[in-house]
Amino acid sequence: MSERKDWPLWEVFLRSKQGLDHKHCGSLHAPDGQLALQLARDVYTRRQEGVSIWVVRADQIIASDPAEKAAFFDPMQDKIYRHPTFYELPDEVNHL
Amino acid sequence: MYTQSLDIPSPAEGVPDPTALPLDELARSAAFNERAGSGEIVEAKDWMPPAYRKTLIRQISQHAHSEIVGMLPEGNWVTRAPSLKRKTILLAKIQDEGGHGLYLYAAAETLGVSRDELQAALHSGKAKYSSIFNYPTLTWADIGVVGWLVDGAAIINQVPLCRCSYGPYARAMVRICREESFHQRQGFDSLLAMMQGTPAQRAMVQDAVNRWWWPVLMMFGPHDKDSQNSELSTKWGIKRISNDDLRQQFVDAAMAQSEVLGVSFPDPHLQWNAARGHYDFGPIDWAEFWNVVNGHGPCNRERLQARVAAWEEGEWVRAAASAYAAKHPAPARAAA
Repeated sequence: MSERKDWPLWEVFLRSKQGLDHKHCGSLHAPDGQLALQLARDVYTRRQEGVSIWVVRADQIIASDPAEKAAFFDPMQDKIYRHPTFYELPDEVNHL
Repeated sequence: MYTQSLDIPSPAEGVPDPTALPLDELARSAAFNERAGSGEIVEAKDWMPPAYRKTLIRQISQHAHSEIVGMLPEGNWVTRAPSLKRKTILLAKIQDEGGHGLYLYAAAETLGVSRDELQAALHSGKAKYSSIFNYPTLTWADIGVVGWLVDGAAIINQVPLCRCSYGPYARAMVRICREESFHQRQGFDSLLAMMQGTPAQRAMVQDAVNRWWWPVLMMFGPHDKDSQNSELSTKWGIKRISNDDLRQQFVDAAMAQSEVLGVSFPDPHLQWNAARGHYDFGPIDWAEFWNVVNGHGPCNRERLQARVAAWEEGEWVRAAASAYAAKHPAPARAAA
């Protein structure tokens, strides 16, 4: 039986409507970007789910390591003063 | 469409043995079980016990194969749909099934198997898919019944999977369930139209219901006491509701719907049990179920042949796409 010789994997990002961010919605295999885009349209926007599509080769994405999650994100954990709720203000101005 | 006791092991491999690990892995595994069981979501690159990974690959790929093979019984009717309206609806539904297969293959691939491996397993007959697609669609009424009952059963099976512990699988299921509702409704709508037609049309619907009822009940898989993978899957948060509970939920819902439609189910034991608050139903022929699962249903061979032929006849398209890509290196196009 013939093999497809592993077309690269593409990650698909969709802007659901004008004014919103692109959001990851899935992935697919395609030999090139153009075809990836067309396949993404056929697979992920059959019911008008999107007005714009990005496709990115999965092997081009640099990702943080899940095993390093604790150490990697740790520096942010004790900086509660970065949140507005850290500051207790008098009632008169507490809507700030 | 989909599923059945989605996770049927092949006889050789049996039930995964979670204790077959080195000691430190065992502790890690125990911690993992606790987290997955308590509702934490596992993502693709997170550590997971090998048995969890293996179970998921098997279940998700069987599920994906079911979607793809599920296109075949319906594809038979595209050229024979009774009107342009029904034909476009059927085409849209079949296209959805192809999409569902793709979402699921993509989810399985996040676990480290390749698409080619998965497809080769299907085409060689090694991989399992839902037993339901090995029954023939003899009349147009069968297409309506597939939507109403087969997709109805699939929805009941699939809704709990939207909350399963493996993120990529759960997200694929959310998308699938959203689309599946159209499948069931169009099926019921089609049958409703036939039931308002001639006596011959009504008889055709009843005949289709009679043939599909028992195979549909088998879609939920073996009874809980005979379901060897259920316990682990439940512990891992992959399976949320037992086969028997899902089947009961389906029977109760289908009874109410059958009254609106004006059809009956071929089971003399079907009756309301006030004490249980559910419908009782007769014994399921499990010999038939295993016979079909093991390759001896009415259409097993035909389905597999059709699937392999579709793949081989599409080879020139894939070859052309690959050749075109090789000739035209990626154009630099900025994202908008």
